Amino acid sequence: MTALAVEDLRIRFGDTVAVDGLSFELPAGGALGIVGESGSGKSATALALLGLHTSAVVEGRISFDGLDLTTLTDRRWRDVRGARIAMVFQEPLTALSPFHTIGDQIAEVYRLHTGASRRAARERAVEVLRQVHIPDPARRAASYPHQFSGGMRQRALIAMALSCRPQLIVADEPTTALDVTVQAQILDLLDEVRETTGTSLLLISHDLGVVAGSTDRIVVMRRGVSVEHGATAAVLGAPSAAYTRELLAAVPHAKPPRTIEGAPLLRLDAVRKHFPQPRRGSWRRPEPVRAVDGVTLDVRAGETLGIVGESGTGKTTLARVMTGLLAPTAGTITLDGADITRRRGRSVQMVFQDPMSSLNPRRSIGESIADPLRLSGVRDPRTRVEDLLERVGLARTEYDRYPHQLSGGMRQRVGIARALAPRPKLIVCDEPVSSLDVTTQAQVLALLEELREEFGLTMVFVSHDLAVLRQIADRVAVLYEGRIVELGDTAEVYAQPQHPYTKELLAAVPVTDPAEARRLRALRRTIA
Amino acid sequence: MIGYLVRRIGGALLVLFGLSLLLYGLFYLAPSDPAILTCGKGCTPERLAEVRHAMGVDDPVATQYAHFLQGLVAGRDYPAGPATRHCPAPCLGYSFETDQPVTALLLDRLPVSVSLAIGAEVLSLVAGIGAGALAGLRRYRWLDRVVNGLVLAGYAVPVFLVGLLLLLIFCVQLQWLPFPTYVPITTDPLAWAQNLLLPWVALAVIQTAAYARLTRAGIQETLAEDHIRTARAYGLPESRIVWRRALRGALLPLVTLTAIDLAAIMTSAVLTETMFGLPGVGQLLVGAVNQIDLPVVVGVTMLTGVLIVAANTVADFLYAAVDPRVELR
Repeated sequence: MTALAVEDLRIRFGDTVAVDGLSFELPAGGALGIVGESGSGKSATALALLGLHTSAVVEGRISFDGLDLTTLTDRRWRDVRGARIAMVFQEPLTALSPFHTIGDQIAEVYRLHTGASRRAARERAVEVLRQVHIPDPARRAASYPHQFSGGMRQRALIAMALSCRPQLIVADEPTTALDVTVQAQILDLLDEVRETTGTSLLLISHDLGVVAGSTDRIVVMRRGVSVEHGATAAVLGAPSAAYTRELLAAVPHAKPPRTIEGAPLLRLDAVRKHFPQPRRGSWRRPEPVRAVDGVTLDVRAGETLGIVGESGTGKTTLARVMTGLLAPTAGTITLDGADITRRRGRSVQMVFQDPMSSLNPRRSIGESIADPLRLSGVRDPRTRVEDLLERVGLARTEYDRYPHQLSGGMRQRVGIARALAPRPKLIVCDEPVSSLDVTTQAQVLALLEELREEFGLTMVFVSHDLAVLRQIADRVAVLYEGRIVELGDTAEVYAQPQHPYTKELLAAVPVTDPAEARRLRALRRTIA
Repeated sequence: MIGYLVRRIGGALLVLFGLSLLLYGLFYLAPSDPAILTCGKGCTPERLAEVRHAMGVDDPVATQYAHFLQGLVAGRDYPAGPATRHCPAPCLGYSFETDQPVTALLLDRLPVSVSLAIGAEVLSLVAGIGAGALAGLRRYRWLDRVVNGLVLAGYAVPVFLVGLLLLLIFCVQLQWLPFPTYVPITTDPLAWAQNLLLPWVALAVIQTAAYARLTRAGIQETLAEDHIRTARAYGLPESRIVWRRALRGALLPLVTLTAIDLAAIMTSAVLTETMFGLPGVGQLLVGAVNQIDLPVVVGVTMLTGVLIVAANTVADFLYAAVDPRVELR
């Protein structure tokens, strides 16, 4: 039986066509994935399924349980939303009201659709919170969203989706804002919910690995058009569309190992960075946050050292300490034998995570790149900046454009050019590709590798993404609670992880092979 | 919570202490000698010395300040001819002009100012939030434009002009209302409100404009937030989304503003008080400044300080009460 059938869906914002003739079917109890990069129209499709577009023209047929959703009045829509089709959003902190408790928000939805008593609604809220494995659900129902962790917030949102026992759950990038291990937990939960309640799942993601393990069928979208659809295993195993092949090729792959026997360039010896906490309430000073807590590490000349960790493990702090942007609380950092706190600047440069916020919006990109050159005494850097722009794959004429006029990938190229400008020996990249689409990500990674060879650079690559590191790093250090719990050649760490945290991380990595994804899900159940 | 309150009150006392020090310093530096003014024409040096002693301005400034603080905390005695008179705490001295205790003067005027402030605040909150919410929900439609125009007009028109117009229309032309005089609420609540209605409206014009603008912006901002989209996606009716979700977020900044405005009106609605002949604190201040009546000026300024500090503290508590993300510690 078909739960949802979309026929020839067209969504237009003014003259911009977001979705152009999309058709798919989702069987009752089934799971369908929609995959595409930004601008592919996947989120517009999700919003259309709930009639949430306000400024767009939606045409076509959306048949759901005998209704044509595109013809519903506002009043009828409200009976469908939440009760029969429920949505799980990307950013669970902002998706929940900050002024109401989790329990109240779930109960409100349940009461609205079932007319249950306040008490019954509260009980239902606790019940669904238990169903999504919130510990001590009766007590936690009285918490506000800001008192929950990211993963728990997403669980709460899934609980809200479950509360009215909908026939369809639409999850739009439900794990994008989450750490990799939490992402795996949420995907496992969605899978479990589908099995136990029999609802259908429409999972929307930019990440092939996310849909591979959680769906039976997928639709690959590009610029509003479905380029390929079919059984997940078939599409990912033997793609017929060129674009699907391109996407799959862009997913990071392991590469043959290099052996780097260079002398240590950057040496960290028992480096600590503690952030003292303000005194609050009590007279005793609280323990400082030990962001980096005793890291000893050599970065060999010519290698790419990967540093992996989830949010809060201290990886950004470590990157900043390495570049001299933060002074360590204790320990020494030397570059070529000289203390880095005294000689930072030109020889160590950094590429930041978010190229938009790390570029001055009021300066042209050429000027931003020229700044470090001027600092190092170059009088008229324009030609050199233009050469650099060309080298990172941008046109010389981009010099006078502003950050907001560029795409995300182009902006990150600017960030790389700026880091390269003063001819550094070492570049520290802090999550340089995590905000980029997968094909752009592949291009930027390739660029970084080329540049490393051409300029003889040493690189430190900080990331939460084990797949990316597997491709680019020669050695990997696993960071956990401010300490390095495992360090070794990339191939070795991936094949034979020693530390339990490394094992957990590796089991959580999304993979594009559905069979492997299922094996990992089973493995995660045994670890947990 | 208790710890926060204790620290907060300690901080407030420190601020007030600093304020008194600053005030005293300023007045000591003022070029005029209040004793000469009090003594008047044909003053003999002997008489002047006597006056100085009576006023307590012959002591070194540090001693004067110490006496002032002592008066505030414990009360003090003033020489009055051969006898002394006791000024109970909190003592702010005696007016140079009328020889009445400043504390009594303030207490006399305060009910007028409080009545004025509360009424004006209630009026402007109701009108401002209402107009702002309507405008926010009907963005860029005619209603929004009308509200925006009125907001600009409210900002632009000076309060004395509004006051004069109100008097002209309602008291002179239509004769619907009496010329305002202050009637205490305890004597006759109806007359109290009737007499204060025009001053309230005059004061509320500017406040309403400010609140309407803030509410409009707040509503629009909150309506664009993700959790509103979630509410829609779960079938909540639009009215509920606006009243339970959007307005809640939009009104947060108003909490702080209202508390501070209340305190400000109580002590500085000079124009309104003068125009409508209301014997409030603002009028007292202007009179005292003109007469160089230092104890009264110091008294009013200290009162302003106390009110503002108290209003800030109350605002913080209210803010924590309405926004669960704010923790007082």
